Amino acid sequence: MTSLPPSSSSSKRLGLVIDLDICVGCHACAVNCKEWNSAGAAGPLTDFAPYDAEPDGVWFNRVHTYEVGEGSEGRTVHFPRSCLHCAEPACVTVCPTGASFKRAEDGIVLVDENLCIGCKLCSWACPYGAREFDHDAGIMKKCTLCIDRIYNESFAVEDRIPACVATCPASARHFGDLGDPDSDVSRLVAERGGYDLMPEMAYGPTNKYLPPRPRQKSAGCTGAPAELVHAGTAKDGLLGWLDRLLSR
Amino acid sequence: MNPAFSVIVFSTATGVGYGLLALLGILTPFGLLPHDRIFGFVALAVALASITAGLLSSLFHLGRPERAWRALSQWRSSWLSREGVAAVATYVPAGAFGILWVFFGRVSMIAGVVSAIGAVMTVCCTAMIYRSLKPVPRWHNAWVLPVYLLAALMSGVLWLAAILHFFGSLPSISGLAAAAIAALCVAKIGYWRSIDTASATSTAASALGLGPVGAVRLFEAPHTSQNYLLREMGFELARKHAAKLRRIALVGGFGFPFLLSGIAVATSGWPAMAAAWLAALLGTTGIFIERWLFFAEARHVVTLYYGKSAA
Repeated sequence: MTSLPPSSSSSKRLGLVIDLDICVGCHACAVNCKEWNSAGAAGPLTDFAPYDAEPDGVWFNRVHTYEVGEGSEGRTVHFPRSCLHCAEPACVTVCPTGASFKRAEDGIVLVDENLCIGCKLCSWACPYGAREFDHDAGIMKKCTLCIDRIYNESFAVEDRIPACVATCPASARHFGDLGDPDSDVSRLVAERGGYDLMPEMAYGPTNKYLPPRPRQKSAGCTGAPAELVHAGTAKDGLLGWLDRLLSR
Repeated sequence: MNPAFSVIVFSTATGVGYGLLALLGILTPFGLLPHDRIFGFVALAVALASITAGLLSSLFHLGRPERAWRALSQWRSSWLSREGVAAVATYVPAGAFGILWVFFGRVSMIAGVVSAIGAVMTVCCTAMIYRSLKPVPRWHNAWVLPVYLLAALMSGVLWLAAILHFFGSLPSISGLAAAAIAALCVAKIGYWRSIDTASATSTAASALGLGPVGAVRLFEAPHTSQNYLLREMGFELARKHAAKLRRIALVGGFGFPFLLSGIAVATSGWPAMAAAWLAALLGTTGIFIERWLFFAEARHVVTLYYGKSAA
C-alpha cells in the first residue's frame, strides 16, 4: 500500500497554486485550515497549552515571512507552506505500516489514522515539513487537501475547495487539477512561470508557487516616477533668498 | 535531528547483539570458537538479550507502540519495515542455532550461517533507513552503511572477546577486535570528513525558489513558540561541542579499546580479562556517543524555511 500507485493510474493531480506576488501574509489560510480540520475528518488538531506562554499544536499550514533582496530592490515575501502532494513522496514509501498512502485517483497524499504507529519516519522523509506529529493521538497528521470538502456533495459546487483557498482574502491560493494541462491552475502556472520547491530533491511536488512579479519602476498610467527625486536646491528668486537666509 | 534516546539505545544495543550473533554463527561452525555448551548459552543469551532490549527500546519511540506489529507489512517499499521483518525473521535461525548448540551439543552450520546473514541484513536495513533519506543530507551519505556494519562488528567482537575470557582466553579474538576498531575508525573519520567538506544539497534559495529575486532572510517565523518540526528536526549542536564529542568518541571509544585489546592479546589471566571487559564497555560507550552525534550533527532541509541558509 505504501508503494506508490502506478503513474498510469490517473492523470489527475489535485493540488494548489500559491501566488507569492499577492499573498499578504494574513495567516487566514492557516487559521481556517486549523478551524476546518479541527472538526473535520483529520480532527482534532491537538493543541497543547494553547493559552500559556509556550503554546504548541498541530497545524497543516504555516506562513513564513522573508525579506528578499537588498536595499531599494528588497521586498517582503509571505510564504505559506503546506503539503505539496508530491508525485514521488518518500513520506509514503518509507511508511512501514501502510498508513501513509497516495491516492491513485487524484494524487492526494493521506494518512490512515487507524494504521499509523507514530514512528515519525515520514516526517523525516518530507523535505517540506508538511507533517506534524500529534503527541496526544500518538499519530502523524498532515494536510488532506480538505478531502472532506472537495468531494462533499452537501456543499454548493463553488464551496468544494480547500478551506485555505476558500478563505484567502487576496485570492493568492488556487485549487485545481495540475495533471490537466488545460486546467485554469495549469494555465496560470504556465503563464506566470510557476515553479517547484527544492527540485533537487526530485519529489515532484504537485503544488506550484508563482514568483513575485518584477518590481514596478513607474507609477503606472500617471507617468510619474515610482520614486521621488530630490528637486535640488533653488539658487535664486524668493526661495533662493530664503535658503540663503536660513542657511546662515 | 533530535537525538532520541530510545532510537540511539536501539541501534547501539542491536548492533552489539547482531554483531555477536553473526560472529558466533560464522566462527563457531568452522571451529574457531569453543563448542562448550555453557559458552554457547552465555554468548547467545547476551546477543539475543541485547537485540531484544534494543528492539523493545525502539518501541518507546512510537506514538502507538501497541500497533508496532503493523510495521511488518510494507517491506516492499520501506526500509523500516524491512528492518522489522529481518529482525523478527532472524530469531528463527538464531533460536534453532541456540537450541541445537545448548541443548543437543550440536553446532549447526546452516543455522549459524543463516543467523549471521539475518544479523547482517538487519543492520543493513537499519543503516538504509537513514541512508535513504534525502532531506537529511548528512545521512544520505555513502559512508553510513559501512559505519553501521563496522560498528556492529566492532561492538560484537569486543563483547565476544570479553565473554571468551571466562571460557579459556582466545587472544586472536582480541586481535580481531583491534582490527575492527581500526576499520570503524577509518570509516568514521571518512564519514566526518565527508560531511564536513560536502557542499550544500539545498539552500534557502532552492527551498523558497526566490533565488532569482535576491538573497533570502527570515523576517518573521510562522509561530512564536516551538513546534514539532523545530523540536524534531531543528535540533542544533554547537560546532565546538561536536568537535569535543568527536574527540571523546575517537579517544575514549576507539583509541582506548584499541590499546586495551592489544593488552588483552599480550597478557593473560585477570589483566587480560579486565582489559577485554573495559574495552567492551568503553567501545560500546564510544559507539553510543558516535550514534548520538550522528543524529545531533545531521541537519534536516526543513530548517531552511526557519532561517538556515544551507543544509
